[in-house]
Amino acid sequence: MSTATLLFTALFYLATAVLLAGLAWKIADYGRTPAPLLIPLTPAPTTQGGVVLRMIREVALFESLFKSNLWLWAFGWMFHVGLALVLIRHLRYFTEPVWAWVAVLQPFGVYAGLVMAAGLAGLWARRMVLERIRYISTPSDHLMLILLLGIAASGLMMKFFFHTDIIGVKEFFLGLLYFDWQPLPSDGPLYVHLTLVAALMLVFPFSKLLHAPGVFFSPTRNQVDNPREARHLSPWAAKMESK
Amino acid sequence: MAGPDIKAPEMREYSQIPALQPGAMAATKSFVANEKVQEELGFPGTLVDDWHDKAIGKMGELLGKYRSLKVFMDACVHCGACSDKCHYFLGTGDPKNMPVARQDLMRSVYRRHFTAAGKVFPKLVGARELTREVLDEWYSYYYQCSECRRCSVFCPYGIDTAEVTMAAREILDSVGYGQKYTNEIIGKLHKIGNNLGLPGPALANTLEGLEEDVLEDSGVAVRYPLDVKGAEVLLITPSADFFAEPHIESLIGYGKVFHAAGISWTLSSKASEAGNFGMFIGNYEQLKKIAMRVREAALELGVKRIVVGECGHAWRVAYSFWNTLTGIGEGAKDPFAVQLQSQLDHRYRQPMHICELTWDLIRQGALSFDKSANDHRIVTFHDSCNVARGSRMGDHAGGQFEIPRNIIRAVANHFVEMAPGTTHEQTFCCGGGGGILTDDLLDLRIKGSLPRMETLNQVAEGQGVNFMATICAICKAHFTKILPYYGFKMSMVGGVHQLVSTAIKLGDK
Repeated sequence: MSTATLLFTALFYLATAVLLAGLAWKIADYGRTPAPLLIPLTPAPTTQGGVVLRMIREVALFESLFKSNLWLWAFGWMFHVGLALVLIRHLRYFTEPVWAWVAVLQPFGVYAGLVMAAGLAGLWARRMVLERIRYISTPSDHLMLILLLGIAASGLMMKFFFHTDIIGVKEFFLGLLYFDWQPLPSDGPLYVHLTLVAALMLVFPFSKLLHAPGVFFSPTRNQVDNPREARHLSPWAAKMESK
Repeated sequence: MAGPDIKAPEMREYSQIPALQPGAMAATKSFVANEKVQEELGFPGTLVDDWHDKAIGKMGELLGKYRSLKVFMDACVHCGACSDKCHYFLGTGDPKNMPVARQDLMRSVYRRHFTAAGKVFPKLVGARELTREVLDEWYSYYYQCSECRRCSVFCPYGIDTAEVTMAAREILDSVGYGQKYTNEIIGKLHKIGNNLGLPGPALANTLEGLEEDVLEDSGVAVRYPLDVKGAEVLLITPSADFFAEPHIESLIGYGKVFHAAGISWTLSSKASEAGNFGMFIGNYEQLKKIAMRVREAALELGVKRIVVGECGHAWRVAYSFWNTLTGIGEGAKDPFAVQLQSQLDHRYRQPMHICELTWDLIRQGALSFDKSANDHRIVTFHDSCNVARGSRMGDHAGGQFEIPRNIIRAVANHFVEMAPGTTHEQTFCCGGGGGILTDDLLDLRIKGSLPRMETLNQVAEGQGVNFMATICAICKAHFTKILPYYGFKMSMVGGVHQLVSTAIKLGDK
């Protein structure tokens, strides 16, 4: 096995471990931290079912962002929906046989890749052009967009210009899954693509990408508006009553 | 009185997002609480020597106690959805009044001390040490936020700057760096019973005088009772209602509603304040301690219902927090809350907003009105931020918008809405809420009112609106002060129950 294969094998195990362990730790941390007061924000649903619907609208349609700014919403939504479809398309590298629904959706993944890149470009342009957004941007905000753009660009390059041996790539990743390691096709654009993806997985639990799990734990969005009907008491607040 | 030399910004036909003016409000700083004020609340009197470690320690404690803070510190992606939503930013152009930048004052310190990325690559992720300059910046800008939550409406993750502001103020208080205005008022409340420092006998006097005035004006003996045991309703209202203009007009209105409906009611000298400034400083102990007076008064007086007068943040505390803090509400299983809840009459919502009570009575046909008595008024309604975004009325979502409007339409013939996107859950804060209603912040208050004044101006010029009704004591006090700076009459603002009071028919039912 080549050195590159060994390196990428190790890298992807490491990146997967960091991503999963980091996210699990963060999610457990969010879950165990109490929300002592009911602070749902209008329009707040009065039932648990309503909260589920609100969360679906928020996560799938970016409802609040839509109210804020149409351009921002459009770029953000293009990027995220594009990314979702691209990820679905990539499931074919991890499943054998490829799941039927993935096979149905996967042709859209190519267009989705373009939409995703366009959305990212729009978001980055906003960050550079608009004075307010430039003011609040940190270097990591720019780097995150560059990283994602790099992933999209290297992926699209392999689709349109420098085809890689995708059968070999699939064998490599199935090998990782089943601990039956296979060689990775030696291919520059592929190395770039995979390195950037691993980098994204590694920074995920330590960065603002935590907005992905965070949104589900946001008390202003996930609480039921029923404070008069049911008493809501956190453990630390309950202790104050026995005093 | 602050000098008339402060000038209001120019009103434009349509609101615009200002160009950034870095540092424009950096020097604006409300008066710091003195030792006595601080110590009365159990906070250190002056900035402690080890303030840095204490502050970081407190931040860690709050991150463990409040999921909101923990998630909000992590989740922001700097998208800028909130960046043009804050009235203080729109009025001042100071970039640190953009909600995201305001949060980042704390988030930068959070990253430095509580995240791996900020410890290893501080510059890269915008992490900062908590220096004295940063602490001063916190004090300055976290007291330029009215905790109105408008920004949160637009945030894709629901990040609520109010939660961050409250945490920052809590940290500042814990190291001996408190705000005079808010903390002094909380001290007054504990000592005397209300925010305005009106002692029981003076309150009794005031109410007697009020009964005489109402008798003289309307010819009907409307009662304004105090500390009556066994009354059906305990009314908890902001103390400004007892003598400030235009607040008192609404108090007169509540009394007339109770009179016309034949409901026995009482005020309490112990709980003679609906306001709960404990929320403004994010201090759970204060929040609870202040709310407990209401519980105690309700138990002592043996009332069946608890009703809250026109006050924005008080209604948020009452509606959203009282059940948690004091057991005023329903659905309790623990002995502490059951004690009170078994006394209350659960055919009625507990606690109930005065607008819910009045609207229920109107729907039952228990009240009658001469709407033409309000014909000299063309009315618009300013949704108060805490009612709009932090509470509800009635049985379904959005009742807090419909019910006050329904009442206005039932008692007045001319009602006009202000521009969409500036009412309901997207309403602007008046500019004086959340611990900002002090003359040492008058400049900020005037500028922060710009967005609301521009929309008011549209309906004043376009439709002849001459009365802006609202259901918040702070909105009323603030607008009364700043309306003249924008060329409006201060009497243009008033309560919903002021309109009720004008139109209600007494004595012939």
